[in-house]
Amino acid sequence: MPDRTLVQAVRDALYEEMERDDRVCVLGQDVGLKGGVFKATEGLQQRFGAQRVLDMPLAESSIAAVAQGLALEGFLPVAEMQFADYSYPAFNQIVNEIAKMRYRSNGDFSCPLVIRAPTGGGVRGALYHSQSPEAFYCHVPGLKVVLPSTPADAKGLLKAAIRDPDPVIFLEPKKLYRAERQDVADGEAAVRPLGSATVVRVGVDLTAVTYGYMRAVTAQAAARLSQDGIEVEIIDLRTLRPWDVETCVRSIEKTGRAAVVYEANRTGGFGAEITAELAERCFASLDAPVSRIASPDVPAMPFSASLEHAFMLNPDKVADGLRRVARY
Amino acid sequence: MALKTTEVEAKGGPSRHRSLGLSDEQALRIYEVMRLARAVDERMWLINRQGRAPFVISCQGQEGAQVGTAAALRPGYDWVAPYYRDAGVVLWFGMTARDQMLSFFARREDPNSGGRQMPGHFGSRRLHIVTGGSPVATQLLHAAGVALASKQRHEDAVTNVYFGEGSASQGDTHEAMNFAGIHKLAVVFICENNGYAISVPQSRQMAIANLADRAAGYGFPGVVVDGNDVLACYEVARQAVERARRGEGPTLIEAKTYRFTAHSSDDDDKRYRQAEEVAIWRQKDPIQRYARYLRDAGTLTDEREAEITERVTVQVDEATEYAEQAPDPTPDDLTTFVYKQELPS
Repeated sequence: MPDRTLVQAVRDALYEEMERDDRVCVLGQDVGLKGGVFKATEGLQQRFGAQRVLDMPLAESSIAAVAQGLALEGFLPVAEMQFADYSYPAFNQIVNEIAKMRYRSNGDFSCPLVIRAPTGGGVRGALYHSQSPEAFYCHVPGLKVVLPSTPADAKGLLKAAIRDPDPVIFLEPKKLYRAERQDVADGEAAVRPLGSATVVRVGVDLTAVTYGYMRAVTAQAAARLSQDGIEVEIIDLRTLRPWDVETCVRSIEKTGRAAVVYEANRTGGFGAEITAELAERCFASLDAPVSRIASPDVPAMPFSASLEHAFMLNPDKVADGLRRVARY
Repeated sequence: MALKTTEVEAKGGPSRHRSLGLSDEQALRIYEVMRLARAVDERMWLINRQGRAPFVISCQGQEGAQVGTAAALRPGYDWVAPYYRDAGVVLWFGMTARDQMLSFFARREDPNSGGRQMPGHFGSRRLHIVTGGSPVATQLLHAAGVALASKQRHEDAVTNVYFGEGSASQGDTHEAMNFAGIHKLAVVFICENNGYAISVPQSRQMAIANLADRAAGYGFPGVVVDGNDVLACYEVARQAVERARRGEGPTLIEAKTYRFTAHSSDDDDKRYRQAEEVAIWRQKDPIQRYARYLRDAGTLTDEREAEITERVTVQVDEATEYAEQAPDPTPDDLTTFVYKQELPS
């Protein structure tokens, strides 16, 4: 379909998968008549009915765990957490139940479901509509974690996630929901496999590994460095668990330098894991320490515009960080 | 307060089981499964105290509530989501003494988890027993989800979900009852109220005498039943299951019962309850009580009792011998079934 935003691409993926397979169902707060607070499920209830597009009580543990019950009885649920910040009441169900069902039953049960959640900040969402909790879920064996940055990736990866036999946490950068429009393929041609990164800018001096909204910010930073003769290669991971280590390693073997750019606060963020892995794998190729460019370690992003700005990475901050790595 | 709660009294005399629609053979089958659950459990304690296995968690004292309520279901068609004491439930649903012992010894062949989970963490897709973890009350929501699946497929399967009165304090319990009430799901919530969550008594768990009172707040009936009267448990469960199967929604059954053992092999219950209290409850043993009834009814003869004892003993002996000698998981088993297809490491 031409000219789709990221949130429309999400909606298209849900629509197509529900058309394709009647086991696919959607549940969450406000997903029905309202079509979701971001309109990610717009029109689905009208098309597929109130049973397959189910408005849930305001209770995230219910949303996750009812989806689990549906999944173990043969459905392919897509649960929506209204904001990733609100997934924590469901954390026990996600981490202790959903992620462990296959393992704890020695392969007898499985839990093929998707939990979608808008993630990240920069939209004046303040402390509780802006968080980037991907590291919590990336730490959990049994879960897969996806975080797309373009409409085509969002659609293709969500379709793959729905078809995946294991539980997938699907984080959608809300800052990008309507940021750009793209022509997006329909049907089977749209599907993109999980676990595959993409090189979105080719460069020879420095590798920037990133994902989500930071892809766009890093691209702007790279354009500035290019004016100084520093060519940054940018890798968008797209899937965080499992993440595509090999694409990153190949790039660093060429550039000899690497930084990880991520929106979450720095300490214990998923960028720390990427940094550690690349330091181990690429030690002999590296001319500089792998560096983290991330947000400050404050509890979350404040509401005040000036404080939000101070928290968020922007092209200036990322360019500064990349230059430090380039000049090390 | 308690307006919708009905006290179900033992009544009916020596033909009580027949008036409930149970044949003599069915009544004896219930008895035998209760006996088997008890015998497996007692053997596990023996083995644990000999140092041959690290952990036991018990069903003892609660077999009536377990088997009585499970007997109202259709095994293999309906579902159960048990908690860790529900040996009686899963044995009724088709698990065997050998399965239990393989789990107890954490052997590779353990059908519940391949030796991955502690004993009492039941699960079998084939038998329609939802796999459970250790955090309590999570299974109530899974049961609601399973029941929603049945409803969406226009099937009349019923899901019994089991939990203790301690679990009733968890938010997931509220969420599950709320959700099941909204959609009139075919779930029967069965609280085996044994009076203690490890050491914490009911009076520190809730401000009310009967958990069943809470059902009114979710828009469905709550029933208090004597959990040590297996036929009473069967009766209320059958009513609840029939109601659920007709599409009229959930029921909360509170079975008042007692655990005879400590919480687990790692607990010392003398620190929080009196020996006299345990002794009083042992007088109300659901197995002995049912045996007396069955003898009075002329259903359980000395000969039948001997046959049952023989079968139970043989099963426990064989299960123990088999499981103790069965191989452990191998180190390679550590990394399987994290995902359907293992991810690159």
